[in-house]
Amino acid sequence: MGGFKYAAPAQFYPLAGKMAPWFAAAAAVLGVVGLVIGLYVAPIDVTQKDSYRIIFIHVPAAWMSMFLYVVMAFWGALALGLNTRLSAMMAQAIAPTGALMTALALWTGAFWGKPTWGTYWAWDARMTSELILLFLYLGIIALRNAIDDPRRADKACGVLALVGVINVPIIYMSVRWWNTLHQGASIQAGKSSIDAIMLWGMLIMVFAFWFYSIAVILIRLRAIMLEREAGSAWVARLTEGGEERG
Amino acid sequence: METETTTKDFPVFPVRAAMEAGDGVFAAFFWALRRDLRLAMRSRAELGVQILFYIIVVALFPLSMAPDRQLLLLLGPGVLWVAALLASLLSLPRLFASDYADGTLEQMALSPLPLPAIILGKIGAHWLTTGLPVVLLVPLLSIQYSLEAEAVWVLIVGLLIGTPILSLLGAIGAALTLGLRSGGGSLLALLILPLYTPVLIFGAMAVDVVRSGASAGAQLSLLAVGLLLALVGAPFATSAAVRISLD
Repeated sequence: MGGFKYAAPAQFYPLAGKMAPWFAAAAAVLGVVGLVIGLYVAPIDVTQKDSYRIIFIHVPAAWMSMFLYVVMAFWGALALGLNTRLSAMMAQAIAPTGALMTALALWTGAFWGKPTWGTYWAWDARMTSELILLFLYLGIIALRNAIDDPRRADKACGVLALVGVINVPIIYMSVRWWNTLHQGASIQAGKSSIDAIMLWGMLIMVFAFWFYSIAVILIRLRAIMLEREAGSAWVARLTEGGEERG
Repeated sequence: METETTTKDFPVFPVRAAMEAGDGVFAAFFWALRRDLRLAMRSRAELGVQILFYIIVVALFPLSMAPDRQLLLLLGPGVLWVAALLASLLSLPRLFASDYADGTLEQMALSPLPLPAIILGKIGAHWLTTGLPVVLLVPLLSIQYSLEAEAVWVLIVGLLIGTPILSLLGAIGAALTLGLRSGGGSLLALLILPLYTPVLIFGAMAVDVVRSGASAGAQLSLLAVGLLLALVGAPFATSAAVRISLD
């Protein structure tokens, strides 16, 4: 079980530093390949014309937004249960990326909706629950910012993320039901069978978003580790010879 | 001054007797419930203001549009529900703030009695003093929206099941934001209102369903399920949050 040694920030800091560039490079390469497939190679859609191409950004962003919330709640719960520092920092590092993905999914969804449904905002079940998810992310970030003591902030955000993760499916079901009652299932995107090349483009973009998220979260995690462990010996060793920390 | 009256009027809880009797959970629940109810009754003016807030919010909506009967009929149930959410939100800080400020909450957390039971008692008192009045006012306020009797009944039943959920979920947020400088109402709103949305949706939907001639049994049952889940989970989440805030 050698992996556990990386649970200490001092051990994980250099490892994260080594991993981050690889994930970033993979994200860049896959992103370019995926976008080329999505924007040039994939055939034009019969009904939606070129506007459908935004799904190559929209769908991966929406997936990441939901997945990252669960991951954040997982690390938050771990921090709560085991009182570990690194997992709390992990949860802290994930929140802004999750919020970004949610905002991106909403934004691209609106730009997709305008040409396809004729409106930017439709109170569609998925859009509404994404909006609430964005509020949940922003709530966690705001709660952390409001608490001065980082240990208390860790635990408070852990509790909030756990309560949120139980609520997310309930919110989604309620919104979906509310939506079908009020609007009927008028909005049904992606009914036409997806072309194989489109599927490939989408898959590649999903991985690009994955690797981007991992890279950014690792880099943010490094910054958080330095900031919060500023008084510890391993940070002092790192900054040795450098200028005095202000 | 407040601490003085508190210690004078509320004798130390008979911890040992309760523990020996083996009914610590119920004893703690009822003790906290009675204590908070008594405290609330001593500051009736504050309670009155909160109920007035609900009444005013409900009265504001018709002013923002043409007071068309059909429109009011359509919007009424939703407005009553949103106002109930806001009234609950506004009263949440009262749940723990004064006990936190004078150290009572810390004593509760330190006592050998189960903290979730004490907290459930406090939440119960909070609901009786803020949620229940909201429910009782519905028949009166629904006149302003000329709601039909059917809708009023569903609103009352829905709010009766739904408002305790609001108090239970809200308690988690109130405990998490204890003692924060910027922890005032707006942060609490950001934390709690997204979690309130299913209650609002099911509650308002129940009225729509009844109006369309169907039975609202499904919506009300789901609210009841939510209430059971919140009853089981929220006291524990809140006591965890209280301990975190007291650290």
